[in-house]
Amino acid sequence: MDALDQLVKTFFDWEAMAAVLPKMITVGLPNTLILAVSSGLLGCILGMVLAVMGTSRIAALRWLSRIYTDVFRGVPAIVIILLIGLGLGPLVRLTTGSTNPFPLAIFALTLMAAAYIGEIFRSGIQSVESGQMEASRALGFSYGSSMRLVVIPQGIRRVLPALVNQFIALIKDSSLVYLLGLLASEREIFRIGNDAAANTGNLSPLIAAAFMYLILTVPLTHLVNYIDNRLRTGRPETKQPDEAAALIGKGAQP
Amino acid sequence: MSDFASGSLTGKNLHLSFGPNHVLRGIDLHVEKGTTASVIGPSGSGKSTLLRVMNRLIEPHQGDILLDGRSVLKDNPDELRQRIGMVFQQFNLFPHKTVVDNVSLALRKLRKLPADQARAEALEQLDLVGLKHKADARPANLSGGQQQRVAIARALAMKPEVMFFDEATSALDPELVKGVLALMADLAKGGMTMVVVTHEMGFSRNVSDTVTFMDAGVVVESGPPEQLFTNPRTERLQGFLSDVL
Repeated sequence: MDALDQLVKTFFDWEAMAAVLPKMITVGLPNTLILAVSSGLLGCILGMVLAVMGTSRIAALRWLSRIYTDVFRGVPAIVIILLIGLGLGPLVRLTTGSTNPFPLAIFALTLMAAAYIGEIFRSGIQSVESGQMEASRALGFSYGSSMRLVVIPQGIRRVLPALVNQFIALIKDSSLVYLLGLLASEREIFRIGNDAAANTGNLSPLIAAAFMYLILTVPLTHLVNYIDNRLRTGRPETKQPDEAAALIGKGAQP
Repeated sequence: MSDFASGSLTGKNLHLSFGPNHVLRGIDLHVEKGTTASVIGPSGSGKSTLLRVMNRLIEPHQGDILLDGRSVLKDNPDELRQRIGMVFQQFNLFPHKTVVDNVSLALRKLRKLPADQARAEALEQLDLVGLKHKADARPANLSGGQQQRVAIARALAMKPEVMFFDEATSALDPELVKGVLALMADLAKGGMTMVVVTHEMGFSRNVSDTVTFMDAGVVVESGPPEQLFTNPRTERLQGFLSDVL
């Protein structure tokens, strides 16, 4: 029984969890969100540039996009974060006097996310029937306007589920910034859990961190399923009349 | 429907190759202002490609295109295409936009009309094709025939000088074909210059002013419909007509 008690205490020491939770919510959660959301948004912008280049009629642009994507998708996140964060850190300190690792961490996460998001957008753009571009060109729109008004809006809709998946990956990868050395106020969810675990010699704070990540990611995975379903079957408000009638009929039965 | 500001259209000695594949081998086609030319021929003969070359969706490798007697090969192709409306076999409506937005998009973005004015003009066009009541529906909720009529309204909204129809009824269920053909006949009667690539021999014979028979990238025979349909001179046209009639 001692061994089992020991095990439970190692992972589920409620007191250790309760002790770390306030910091995790007030400091860790906002920092994780700042890292994930800002690199997600910037990654979407850069990813869209890569996707448009990747579907361009100009071969050189397609190649540039290809090489970028291969490099940043093929290298582990930890390597990119260390290279960018530690490599450019001194430069940033010299030019701006700032030692905050967040901007560089966001930059590194953005570069990486853009490679994935660019591929997601590219597949979306290429899934739009060629007749759409043709019809738009036939109306007199330029290639660029046709992409902007007709092809890209349709392409993005189709890849929303994949995009949310990428954001989930980004939330998890944001934990890697701890490698760049964070001040107490800069710590994100993982670092706070890890520090507490190191101080107490107990893994429960890391379990608490895991739960924090799950609270963020599980609703998102369900959002993916919801969007996916909606894209597949159409909008919920376009219910067929007899479908609505069936519901009423059920309720009316004694 | 009448009083279109239509113009004449001429293709002269048009050539196009895809690699070793010589798709158009010196096509001449002339459509008088306000008349309808239908183009018939077996699949793969280059009919649809000819339309795309005449509005420069595909640039010809040789030859000339004249709109109202003036060569348009040096013009900006986007501006040329604003003057030539096109209707496709697969309708190609924009599924992410409502019916009225499909029709008003080019008015807003290319003609630069304010939103309310573009919508009013688009509704007017939809009224002409009998679909004003579907203005705020999505294309996916329309029948094929309705979608094609919206596509015609979308092309007409730009007040084109010429209209191209690329097998506009081939993808429709049989019972929906008639309505679209009737609309096209109305346009023809109203004085629109039209080039109609079609498998509908009845339409070709009864509505068009000239018929052009293409095979393997060349014009085999062309002339008034009576002549081609009752008295085909070439063996190839005779064979084609006996296959389709």
